[in-house]
Amino acid sequence: MITVTDLRKTYRQGERTITALDGVSLSVPKGSIHGIIGHSGAGKSTLVRCLTLLDRPTSGSVMIDGRELTSVRDAEIRLARRRIGMVFQHANLLDSRTAAQNVAHPLELVKTPKAEISARVARLLDLVGLTGFGDAYPSQLSGGQKQRVGIARALAAEPDVLLCDEPTSALDPATTEDILDLIHELTRTLQLTVLVITHEMNVVKRICDSVSLLENGKVVEHGPLIEVAATLDGSLARALMPLPGFKRTSALPVLELLLAGNSASGPVLSGLTRRFNAEVNVLAGSVEHLAGRQFGRLRVELDAEAPLAEITEFLESAGVQVEVAA
Amino acid sequence: MNFFDELFTNPGITEALPEEFLATIQMVGIAGFFTVLIGLPLGVFLHTSGPDGLRPMRITHRIVSDVIVNITRSIPFAILMVSLIPLARFLTGTSIGPVAASVSLSIGTIPFFARLVESSIRDVGSGKIDAALVMGSTRFQVISKVLLREALPGLIAALTTTLVTLVGYSAMAGIIGGGGLGRLAYNYGLQRFDTTVMVAIIVIIVAIVQLIQLAGDWAAQRVDHRNAATAGSGRRHKSKPGDVVGV
Ligand SMILES: Nc1ncnc2c1ncn2[C@@H]1O[C@H](COP(=O)(O)OP(=O)(O)OP(=O)(O)O)[C@@H](O)[C@H]1O
Ligand SMILES: [Mg+2]
Repeated sequence: MITVTDLRKTYRQGERTITALDGVSLSVPKGSIHGIIGHSGAGKSTLVRCLTLLDRPTSGSVMIDGRELTSVRDAEIRLARRRIGMVFQHANLLDSRTAAQNVAHPLELVKTPKAEISARVARLLDLVGLTGFGDAYPSQLSGGQKQRVGIARALAAEPDVLLCDEPTSALDPATTEDILDLIHELTRTLQLTVLVITHEMNVVKRICDSVSLLENGKVVEHGPLIEVAATLDGSLARALMPLPGFKRTSALPVLELLLAGNSASGPVLSGLTRRFNAEVNVLAGSVEHLAGRQFGRLRVELDAEAPLAEITEFLESAGVQVEVAA
Repeated sequence: MNFFDELFTNPGITEALPEEFLATIQMVGIAGFFTVLIGLPLGVFLHTSGPDGLRPMRITHRIVSDVIVNITRSIPFAILMVSLIPLARFLTGTSIGPVAASVSLSIGTIPFFARLVESSIRDVGSGKIDAALVMGSTRFQVISKVLLREALPGLIAALTTTLVTLVGYSAMAGIIGGGGLGRLAYNYGLQRFDTTVMVAIIVIIVAIVQLIQLAGDWAAQRVDHRNAATAGSGRRHKSKPGDVVGV
């Protein structure tokens, strides 16, 4: 379990001070995957650097399984870091080492006996689906395979926490899915606590249990995926189920509907048509399966005579969130 | 007498040349050894103490980098060599001969080699260093297992360039008392206008330089696994999983 409380980080740049993290708090339970999403410059990399103590946070605390990370002295930083496995955007493997030697690297640092290293490395390579690739150098591996080696290396010292900084940003879509599925599976089997930094909503959709939206160094929205997806006016819900921009072309009333969970598949619209004898014209829509449930976002146009207030009440009683578009 | 007959009868070639050849090798060997011994750690220090290094040390870095290294490098070698004669005498007890010349040769090439080391190390991506730090590496482990090992092809190339430079410097050192092929060329070529000896010396020096370059390129290529084309050569020294590549 990771708990981050009120984490702040400021950089001095000459006269100016830049606030890269402005009081970030989050908590990720064991065995689950938390996504941190944000635009460029939001502070994602800074957060990672603070969590791994590559940079010292200005204030605030980071706890892993109840043990404080930020207050340790320099000599203990190395021990603290060994409880964190880290996966990088570009894998950052050593070119001078084979896949197996790369995975062995963290184990050498703690003077693990050779026989144990080779047994463990073989097991890790199996785990990430690279059986038989131990003798290959990184230059002989594809991007996806390199990332698998990177994941095996991150897991070598049996950390409690896996930090992934843009793990799939350098990969093609198919490889991205494979790597995400691997991270997902490992989280379940090894009961890891995982933090995934990304700017791609697809990563969040595919593997995250919960998500935080980072903007200008602040968490502006956070929660379990199914909760944030069910927030009609949330930026995350909008990003999860994007609709094209709305340009009014007529004076007819337009509604935005969020159908979360079971109501998404229910016959809400046909019910509307029958009950109010209304013309319903779907302008745009987006449907997603998140954490095994269906979510939908619809933009519908009604006819001029439709009784808006009653329709809204009807929809809301059916569990649909309604917003009248301006 | 034709050129080839003279090649085997000229005392400048049959007697002086082998001896001076060994003196040149001796100078390059001794100076090369000390250049690596001192220049390698110095180059590492230049990088690690720099502003983006593992352990920035603003003032010490300034002093070592700007003052010591840059000043030494900006003094022309011939002048540096002459000015170091007292030091050579203090360290070796004599101011002439290949051993004494090795002192100024080393001091002349150490800063040069250190800069080359620094720039090879700078090419190691900071992501690799971050990865090693996050694993819990000590600074020393980052230097030995990441910086030096990843930069090895560049370091070998740096050593090659340095040795070639040393061959050139050693000829200059020869003229002012170091001995070796430089002095031979000066004595026979300049003072006696003996073309045969001169040609023989030039051929030998070119051969030495070519040999150093070939050996250096071969070694650098052998340890370079950075791209798939050369990585194939790595298959020859196949390793078991978990084997440690030492430095
Ligand atoms: N070493 C530094 N010195 C000064 N400012 C910094 C430093 N590192 C980051 N910043 C600033 O902190 C802010 C957050 O940067 P950060 O790299 O964390 O963003 P990011 O979310 O990772 O962006 P990206 O998606 O582009 O990687 C930026 O305004 C950046 O300019
Ligand atoms: Mg970043």
